[in-house]
Amino acid sequence: MSSIENLKAFDPFADTGDDDTQPTNYIHIRIQQRNGRKTLTTVQGLPDEYDLKRILKVLKKDFACNGNIVKDEELGEVIQLQGDQRVKVMEFLTTKLQLQKKNIKIHGF
Amino acid sequence: MSVEELGFDPSLKKKKKKSTKSFEDPSATASPSETTPEVDDVLSGLKKKKKSTASAPGADASGDAADDVTDSFAELKLKKKKKKVVTADDFEKELEKAGLDEVTTTSATEDINKDSEDANSQQSQLGLPYSSLLSRFFQILSANNPELAGDRSGSKFRIPPPVCQREGNKKTAFANVQEISDKLQRSPEHVIQYLFAELGTSGSVDGQKRLIIRGRFQPKQLENVLRRYIIEYVTCKTCKSINTQLKKESANRLFFLVCNSCGSTRSVSSIKTGFQAKVGRKKKPVA
Ligand SMILES: [Zn+2]
Repeated sequence: MSSIENLKAFDPFADTGDDDTQPTNYIHIRIQQRNGRKTLTTVQGLPDEYDLKRILKVLKKDFACNGNIVKDEELGEVIQLQGDQRVKVMEFLTTKLQLQKKNIKIHGF
Repeated sequence: MSVEELGFDPSLKKKKKKSTKSFEDPSATASPSETTPEVDDVLSGLKKKKKSTASAPGADASGDAADDVTDSFAELKLKKKKKKVVTADDFEKELEKAGLDEVTTTSATEDINKDSEDANSQQSQLGLPYSSLLSRFFQILSANNPELAGDRSGSKFRIPPPVCQREGNKKTAFANVQEISDKLQRSPEHVIQYLFAELGTSGSVDGQKRLIIRGRFQPKQLENVLRRYIIEYVTCKTCKSINTQLKKESANRLFFLVCNSCGSTRSVSSIKTGFQAKVGRKKKPVA
């Protein structure tokens, strides 16, 4: 049964080798510890058609936190936000941007 | 005569209906009051037509019969009554049926219970009651093969909770990585790689095989990450067993999870660190 689901869900022989390239369809929300109790939330893999600057602006205002956009050679542009905003970002992406929940992965503890 | 009949029968109906349901009462009380003046009037045929068609749609035959005299009238009334009575009877019958049904179902279950009791008593007569046989079977099974008895709390399935100590101010020592990865039948390197990727940090293994993680982490947080690791890289999706192996297929460089219990195989994605923000004082990229 699982094999049939695999067939229609995604191709296991697609580009998922050992190389560190991400499958572009996933949006990763991660958390990192900074000094002390402070944390940092990163949102990686947002589709290109979105204007990250505008999203960041809204996110900063909504969550009352600072943030910035970091360009990575391999992974594209990544939004960084101060504090643990993972759940809120997830909610924003699903409700405001109509992104599929299954395409979003929340990492961290 | 017909008046008397009317006087009698509706009252009968009333009684019946009162006993069955209260919401039909107004119609029952209304019909005699309507019909009694009609009987007194000889010219009531027209009225009757209207009212009969309006009140009782089933009495279409009244249009033909209304031209005749009181006999036919009475007949009509009788018909009507009969019909009404029949409907009431039907209703009551159905009620009774429903009641009976309930009774029968309950009695049926009782019968089943009785049957099982009978069976039990038969077995107890033979000296071996089913319940004791069953408990004996499970005792033996859990003594010899606890996994088959559904016991997942055995040493093979219990994963010890992560033990961690504070290592200085900014580091956490995860003391039992080795033990946990042994239980999961995974290399500690794989577990550590996943931990670092998920926690967005780095670290090293010290001389006592403890994992030193940069950052402060509670055991609960590490447990959450380990839980996800187990779901992703250890449990068999088919039979939920954690008795699995991780194999690397050299042909396509994919990792496959092979279940030792049921033999099913599934592919797992390799651990990806993804984006790591540069944290701390060092602004320059780490070499
Ligand atoms: Zn299995």
